[in-house]
Amino acid sequence: MFVIVVGGGRVGFYLTKELLAEGHELVLMEKDPRGAERIRDELGAVVVNRDGCEGIHLAEAGANRASIVAAVTGDDADNLVVCQMAKHHFDVPRTIARVNNPRNEVLFRELGVDEIISPTRMILAAIEQDIPVHELLHLALLEGGELELIEAQIAADSPALGRRPADIDLPEGCSLFVLIRDDRAQQFRPDTVFREGDKVIAISRTECEMDLHRQLIGVVPETADT
Amino acid sequence: MRTIIVGCGRVGAGLASQLAEDGHEVVILDQATEAFRRLAPDFQGQALRGDGTDESVLRRAGAEGADWFLALTNGDNRNILAAQLASESFAIRNVVCKINDPVRAQAYATLGINTVDRTMMMIDAIGRFMGRPAMPGATEVTRAAAQPAPAQARLPAPSGSDAGLRGGR
Repeated sequence: MFVIVVGGGRVGFYLTKELLAEGHELVLMEKDPRGAERIRDELGAVVVNRDGCEGIHLAEAGANRASIVAAVTGDDADNLVVCQMAKHHFDVPRTIARVNNPRNEVLFRELGVDEIISPTRMILAAIEQDIPVHELLHLALLEGGELELIEAQIAADSPALGRRPADIDLPEGCSLFVLIRDDRAQQFRPDTVFREGDKVIAISRTECEMDLHRQLIGVVPETADT
Repeated sequence: MRTIIVGCGRVGAGLASQLAEDGHEVVILDQATEAFRRLAPDFQGQALRGDGTDESVLRRAGAEGADWFLALTNGDNRNILAAQLASESFAIRNVVCKINDPVRAQAYATLGINTVDRTMMMIDAIGRFMGRPAMPGATEVTRAAAQPAPAQARLPAPSGSDAGLRGGR
């Protein structure tokens, strides 16, 4: 597979190294001459000292026959432009962008970037999973950000405690998906009764999240308490 | 009439000062406070320090419901990101994006953004001064190929005008 990687920072460097080890054909584009030089010393001629945002340079690098273009610079604007140029001017089938500001994820997807990798979001998710607060955890965005996969933990003060799924006044566009109890996943049944410690995995429209919070966790707090 | 300007360079500051004088409501953003010294001393608009490619900053600046959005920083890609945030996330209808790389300027005009390209403007101006014929459209804002269609369908296949680029080498 022919892959073009744009951005020779740490991510680009190690990505290139791994892909080469797997036997892929590859060009790494790095616009900073010193950065490019340093990579050339270690990885050889796969690196070109060119700006991957420039159409002409993408063409030189062979973008019109690339299967994948991965834009992994530290700059969201650069990564977006690389992917859009690749997609719309070279018909590259698959574009991947690193996104640093998690708020750019939805926009990038709408603008046609196929795959979005957000290190910030990943680390955030890892941290949130470690904090046993009474909050909704955001597990993933679906359908281009319209829907969210959410986890809610039923605590001792949850309004859902002792009730059944049918008793819960779910906001429209929101669906309970699976129950995790004693580390096991189970389907919701009409006679399921919510217990303390249950985890509810739900799919919700982004704008219904607060309603869901009220139903499963309780009043949305003004300030964070413990 | 509310106008948001991202980038308080000479063009951004000059335009902001003029529009404010005309009675427009103007909000100008720049990441460096010093940049605001370029504004007219009696500038009546609002000057905000912040990153114009950050959705939350734009929201705070009042991008929601703005009539005009001008992306005029000195970075082409930052302008492109800001302009697309304006049209996609804030549904601002009148967006102008400065792109000084002619290839990218043409590419994004095809993708639905009004672009202005200083490089072609100067080539045209100097060329005409030297007696060359004018280049059609070089001094104008290039109007986006009109297509306020759904997001996925909106981006057309590259047209013949950029065939040279597509051909690769």
